[in-house]
Amino acid sequence: MSAGPAAGAPAPGSLSIPARMAGRRVGARSRTLTGAVPSRATGRVVLIVSGVLFAVPLAAMTWFTLQQVGTGAFTLAHYGAIFDPAQASNYEDLFTGLQNSLIICVLTVLIVLLLLLPAMLLAELRFPAVRAVLEVVCLLPITVPTVVLVVGFVPVYQVLGGTLGTDPWTLAFAIGVISLPYAYRPISTNLSTLNLTILAEAARSLGAGWFRTVWRVVLPNLRRGILSSCLLTVSVVLGEFTIANFLNQTTFQTGLLLLQQTDPYVATIFALLALLFVFLLLVVISTAGSIGRSRRSRR
Amino acid sequence: MTVAPVRVPIRGAGGLLRRRGVGWLGFAPFGAYVVLFLGIPGVVAVASGFFAADGSPTLANFSAFTDPTILKDFWNSLWVSALSALLSAVLGALIAWALTSTRPDGFVRASADSASSVLAQFGGVMLAFAWIATIGPEALVTRFLQALLHVDINANGPILYSVPGLLFPYTYFGVPLMVLTFLPALDGLKPQWGEAVATLGGTRRRYWWRIGVPVLAPAFLGSFILLFANAFSSYATAAALIDQGGIVPLAIKQQLTSETIVGVANTAGVLALGMVVIMAVLMSGYALLERRTRRWQR
Repeated sequence: MSAGPAAGAPAPGSLSIPARMAGRRVGARSRTLTGAVPSRATGRVVLIVSGVLFAVPLAAMTWFTLQQVGTGAFTLAHYGAIFDPAQASNYEDLFTGLQNSLIICVLTVLIVLLLLLPAMLLAELRFPAVRAVLEVVCLLPITVPTVVLVVGFVPVYQVLGGTLGTDPWTLAFAIGVISLPYAYRPISTNLSTLNLTILAEAARSLGAGWFRTVWRVVLPNLRRGILSSCLLTVSVVLGEFTIANFLNQTTFQTGLLLLQQTDPYVATIFALLALLFVFLLLVVISTAGSIGRSRRSRR
Repeated sequence: MTVAPVRVPIRGAGGLLRRRGVGWLGFAPFGAYVVLFLGIPGVVAVASGFFAADGSPTLANFSAFTDPTILKDFWNSLWVSALSALLSAVLGALIAWALTSTRPDGFVRASADSASSVLAQFGGVMLAFAWIATIGPEALVTRFLQALLHVDINANGPILYSVPGLLFPYTYFGVPLMVLTFLPALDGLKPQWGEAVATLGGTRRRYWWRIGVPVLAPAFLGSFILLFANAFSSYATAAALIDQGGIVPLAIKQQLTSETIVGVANTAGVLALGMVVIMAVLMSGYALLERRTRRWQR
């Protein structure tokens, strides 16, 4: 993933005190154990044990999906059932929910890109005093539990139902709010690594208009933050349960819970796939960062 | 609804100053959205507790706090959150400490980070499924324990469908959250401090006692509060496991569904207010500790 020195070889400069000077305990690495860092062996043991423990529920899920109803014998039938047209009606709720969630994903990402991002850029470029306000507002949904917000969403949606209708896509507005913290953080981290004002001023002094400055200079520099924030938003939407449950809408998560009551096997298969999907999404986010870095260092 | 703020055709700093008033309008779309979908619902949620069903102001709804069932719900929520947060904080700190022995940009760190984020923030209903498949009736670990140790963890009814059973999934998503929040604090421990202790002839125990523990304590407590708040406010896992009430979020759901005919969620509003008060106390404690933590992370 990264082209650093091989694991185990100490980075130049990190080896400051020779082993014999600092004490008896010398780790597997040719580095003295000072400070808080555990020896490589201790670290490995802890990580392997905890890794195995944390894998147990996931392994149990997988094992569960491979069991025949009643007998418990090994079978792949539950996986086949998903693609069986004769049983498609059993999974209708889930597929409707998944479809609704995907629509909500698109709308929520649009909320992030068209409402949050312009506000953040405007604060960064022209009204620095507003930045602190934006941060408080965007992190607020972490402090206020979703169950509490939902008590307010129910009456608000009863009123909005008259104009917006009660289609599942309307949930995007509420889910957009609870994904604000996740959408805000990567963009703000990205912003803090750049001096956007200087970049923008440079572009403007070279004759670019505001639109051109934003489109050709600001946004390309924020590519990584924006990508992470969109992907995190997608993961929040796919995992959202509370709002859909209180507002009686079928989304992926509420569909899963419905299906759990009739066919727990297939519900578990989808749960596993969703966990895996989001895991990969987050790996993409974290590696997107390092790919950007290595490309820059090559130039 | 568009990128209007950045399209305003202004040239030069003079224009920028002159058109300041126009620039403020750029915040209008986001501001309107936040007011409508964060401000109003938040205020409605908390304020609805102060009104009777006919809309007249009243404090009568607060009699809910004398109801033994609701008091029990609050007590359950508090102890389950506290205990799961304590377990998660200790285990998570241990794992975070072990992770400091891996390379910060290496594969182990990256996958541990991603796995932690998935389990900490995304789980909800799906983690409930995972635990049903693990320690539910007829599940993998249940059978294993029966065969090996002749212990039936579901002897008094399925443990997972009761309030104490929530400790399993809550700790399962608490530990990864602890790893995510505590790792930066551990990374903030400068290797030079350890080297300084060693050159001055101090042992590692002395290092932990004089430097490690004092420096990490605010971060540890802060993370504990965060885990507590996270467990306290989570709804999805409990909703997937427990049909009848038992903790505050489930009680809010019960109250709301039983009152939808009236359209005003009064008792739910009071419960929501109770949650907000507890969260406010937790979060101000967290903010205080966070300030102390940051001192060592520069």
